[in-house]
Amino acid sequence: MHFDSSILIPVLPEIFVLTLACIVLVVDLFLKDEQRIITYGITQIGLIFAAVITLAVVQPDAQIVFDGSYVRDAMSDVLKVAIYLVSFVAFLYAKDYLKDRGLFKGEFYTLGLFAVLGMSIMVSANSFLVIYLGLELLALSLYALVAFNRDSKQGAEAAMKYFILGALASGMLLYGISMIYGATGTIRFDELSTALASPDLNNMVLVFGLVFVVVGLAFKFGAVPFHMWVPDVYHGAPTAVTLFIGSATKIAAFALAVRILKDGLGELLMPGGWEGWQGMLILLAILSMGVGNLIAIAQTNIKRMLAYSTISHVGFILLGILAGTQEGYTAAMFYTLVYAIMSLGGFGMVIAMSRKGFEAESLDDYKGLSHRSPWFAAMMLLLMFSMAGVPPTVGFFAKLFVLDAVVSVDLTWVALVGVFFSIIGAFYYIRIIKLMYFDKPLDDSPLTAGMDTRIVLSLNGLSVLALGMFPAGLLSICTAAFAG
Amino acid sequence: MIALSDYLILGAILFSLSIAGIFINRKNLIVLMMCVELMLLAVNMNFIAFSHFLGDTTGQVFVFFIMTVAAAEAAIGLAILVVLFRSRRSINVEDLDSLKG
Repeated sequence: MHFDSSILIPVLPEIFVLTLACIVLVVDLFLKDEQRIITYGITQIGLIFAAVITLAVVQPDAQIVFDGSYVRDAMSDVLKVAIYLVSFVAFLYAKDYLKDRGLFKGEFYTLGLFAVLGMSIMVSANSFLVIYLGLELLALSLYALVAFNRDSKQGAEAAMKYFILGALASGMLLYGISMIYGATGTIRFDELSTALASPDLNNMVLVFGLVFVVVGLAFKFGAVPFHMWVPDVYHGAPTAVTLFIGSATKIAAFALAVRILKDGLGELLMPGGWEGWQGMLILLAILSMGVGNLIAIAQTNIKRMLAYSTISHVGFILLGILAGTQEGYTAAMFYTLVYAIMSLGGFGMVIAMSRKGFEAESLDDYKGLSHRSPWFAAMMLLLMFSMAGVPPTVGFFAKLFVLDAVVSVDLTWVALVGVFFSIIGAFYYIRIIKLMYFDKPLDDSPLTAGMDTRIVLSLNGLSVLALGMFPAGLLSICTAAFAG
Repeated sequence: MIALSDYLILGAILFSLSIAGIFINRKNLIVLMMCVELMLLAVNMNFIAFSHFLGDTTGQVFVFFIMTVAAAEAAIGLAILVVLFRSRRSINVEDLDSLKG
């Protein structure tokens, strides 16, 4: 049998990230503790290269390789570049945090890169097997990362909860996959959508499988009522890891949902009814927006508050997906990318505020930030306005596009519920702004963040404003990802 | 002759047992991990049954991958368990309560 090596070209980014992770693993063995910065440097340069390689192998048409289990298309290109860049920024913010706490070790970068590899595989998967393997590679790396601070009681507890619920979610997803395989006889997404179009299928088995798959997805996304792990993991994990989980993995979760629901099970959308996945997602989205926003108000820990805010944002992403139209997917993708940027900035601020022996986790630590550092208080203001959806920041447009997509498929009542809950949500974002600008600081020590963190954090904050003024560029990228 | 539905019912019973085990068990984390493994085995049962009755090998290949991943997952899970036991001297599920809100 002849092996055509040209099929390796679309997979180059993954091959490169895998090689990079192995190189980092080996090189790190030969470094002393004070040379750990080399590991960091290799990782960061490698991530930039991975993004460049992804752009270099772009083709106008979708390519399906490896006997149909792997696909490279416009969506995968955009999401992969986004994942590499978001991970780059996350590792950059994480560096000082890890150094201050004696966690600046090579394993962080090896595990991080394997997580990035898992995310890229999920983004490009074209069969249930590949998407499952990518998902597990990501999840296993993240379990270890959450427990990265071995001496932290909270970290170990969070990792254990994450592990049990993550394994439960994988089990649910697999059970659903087995049912769908049984009903259709295939695990490839393209064959699946053809098979589903034929009327003589065992519908009972199929719907049973669909329910389990959607439950598994909801667990991985952290949508209510499967959200129990999100606040605990965000709270217990080291902030550097929370930052990574909160930003990059949401992009991968979006890809997971689109690959399974749109590419594979698109025929089971069943608009207007409750038996298809549109109905299930409506339920998940409304509950997520409601519970996320309401419980976030009661939080005093900023990591927990941002975790509940994540849950409510996931509700909005699901709103875009459930529309089931090209416009809806575009809006959801726009929202996901914007959310990744905002969440990077939000957790980046938590890291910038913390220092050795001080975590800046309580909301009270943000009191009077405008006196201590007017510039970063302004950045945080932009990020919080964007999360709340106040124009002219980009969060407003993200919400607008999603709501527009939902209204155009005649689900106006769902859009109204979304608007209602985002108004409630605005309260706790604006409370942070009130704490920063109108309260007396509890301690007057200046921020100790390094120059690289300061510059990138400023760019991060300003990008939210810039994208809000000129959303057309990012929107056209997202539109192109789902055109054709 | 054993029909496909018999295998599926067995799979469903195993799956329900494991879910019940995860939610009812409040004592020991190791039992929780056994439940997780049982759940994956129930899924394997489904895949094998479908694969046999469809005359298609994809399901069996899937099972090999699930078993491999399950092994890796157990390794990570036990590693986390060791870290947890070191820091709190207990693997009681009810003691996992420092994170709430």
